[in-house]
Amino acid sequence: MLALLKRDLALATRAGGGFGLAVAFFLILCTLVPFGVGPDTAALGPIAPGILWLGALLSCLLSLDRIFALDHEDGSLDLLATAPIPLEGAVAVKALAHWITTGLPLIAAAPLFGILLHLPASATPWLIASLVIGTPALSMLGAFGAAITVGLRRGGLLLSLLVLPLYIPTLIFGTEIIRRGATGADPATPILFLGGITLGVVALMPFAAAAALRVNLR
Amino acid sequence: MSIWEYANPVKFMRTSGAILPYAVAGAAICTIGGILWGFLTPQDYKQGSTVKIIFLHVPAAMMAINIWVMMLVTSLIWLIRRHHVSALAAKAAAPIGAVMTLIALATGAIWGQPMWGTWWEWDPRLTSFLILLLFYIGYIALWSAIEDPDSAADLTGVLCLVGSVFALLSRYAVLFWNQGLHQGASLSVAPGERMSAVYRYPLYLSMLGFLLLFLALLLIRTRTEIRRRRLAALQAREIRA
Repeated sequence: MLALLKRDLALATRAGGGFGLAVAFFLILCTLVPFGVGPDTAALGPIAPGILWLGALLSCLLSLDRIFALDHEDGSLDLLATAPIPLEGAVAVKALAHWITTGLPLIAAAPLFGILLHLPASATPWLIASLVIGTPALSMLGAFGAAITVGLRRGGLLLSLLVLPLYIPTLIFGTEIIRRGATGADPATPILFLGGITLGVVALMPFAAAAALRVNLR
Repeated sequence: MSIWEYANPVKFMRTSGAILPYAVAGAAICTIGGILWGFLTPQDYKQGSTVKIIFLHVPAAMMAINIWVMMLVTSLIWLIRRHHVSALAAKAAAPIGAVMTLIALATGAIWGQPMWGTWWEWDPRLTSFLILLLFYIGYIALWSAIEDPDSAADLTGVLCLVGSVFALLSRYAVLFWNQGLHQGASLSVAPGERMSAVYRYPLYLSMLGFLLLFLALLLIRTRTEIRRRRLAALQAREIRA
């Protein structure tokens, strides 16, 4: 499993792997928003948490189809399915690799982009905390969506249609943490909810994703 | 004699063919009767004649949720026991459920405009119905995207299970996110909380009508799907011969 993780990380960081594209997309999104809503601090500040979370969501979505599609094309997915490690474990490792190559850079970049969007300074720690807790769920849910659509020729659009509704609870609790944290209210409840969702997703979705993969490899 | 006998398509076709005319007739009588009876009810002292939208709005909303539950049950039966009729019933139910959700949303908007002064409000109930519609659309899109019928049934079944969990989760997450404008339950069994009998009985009739309407549409669509399968099998045999 460690070898699989290393292999996925190496593939993603090499040329043509698309590493960093998600952050670049995130930056573009955060640049476009002020053109859409106007540059005032008063207008941008309150919506910044929502924009940042939406940006993280969409950037994560962009790279989802890469989780399985390339391996499916060159046949290594079949080898993984017949390998001695359980397919559930392989799915979890691939989701982890996706999170390390997409989720972690997004978390690192988010505070900088928060400054661009006039996010109040008091909200920045909560932004990082909510992303750290929430983004693993995004990668794992995305792996499930990618597993369902892996055999399809035009799976990209369908993938976003299937995955985005699954992101709704994560988005709600993630932005709620920042909103409460920034205004000084107690953010413990949404943190616990978001943590619960992430843990539940990480625990259960590998099974659903592996089931979908087995159907697609049949 | 057990319910599993109807997993046999021949048996299912015969029985459903016998039930279908009664379901159609019952649906027509109850739906039209309930709505007409609803139109003859007195005007509400506060809402005027707009209260009559309830005879479309509530049954559609009820069916929208229950059809998803039915799809969940049939998907589980397919995944566990591999009965094709079950998977085809789930496929046939999805567009009906999506249309019911749309009817509930549209009548709600038409009702909300005069009563709340807005077509749309990000109220938990309204929002969760919109989310439910998204899940229906995704489910239907996945069915139509996959060519192999058994893989499609498997993948949509898994999606239905995961979607059910997340639809429920979204429903409560949305409750957490925004406070509501929509009223609570109007059909509670507690006598003090339910509405007047003048409205209640036509509403019950209309709900029964929508249930029968769903049954009739479901049977028609499932029978169509079974015939489509048979046709595909015949064509495949002809090509091989």
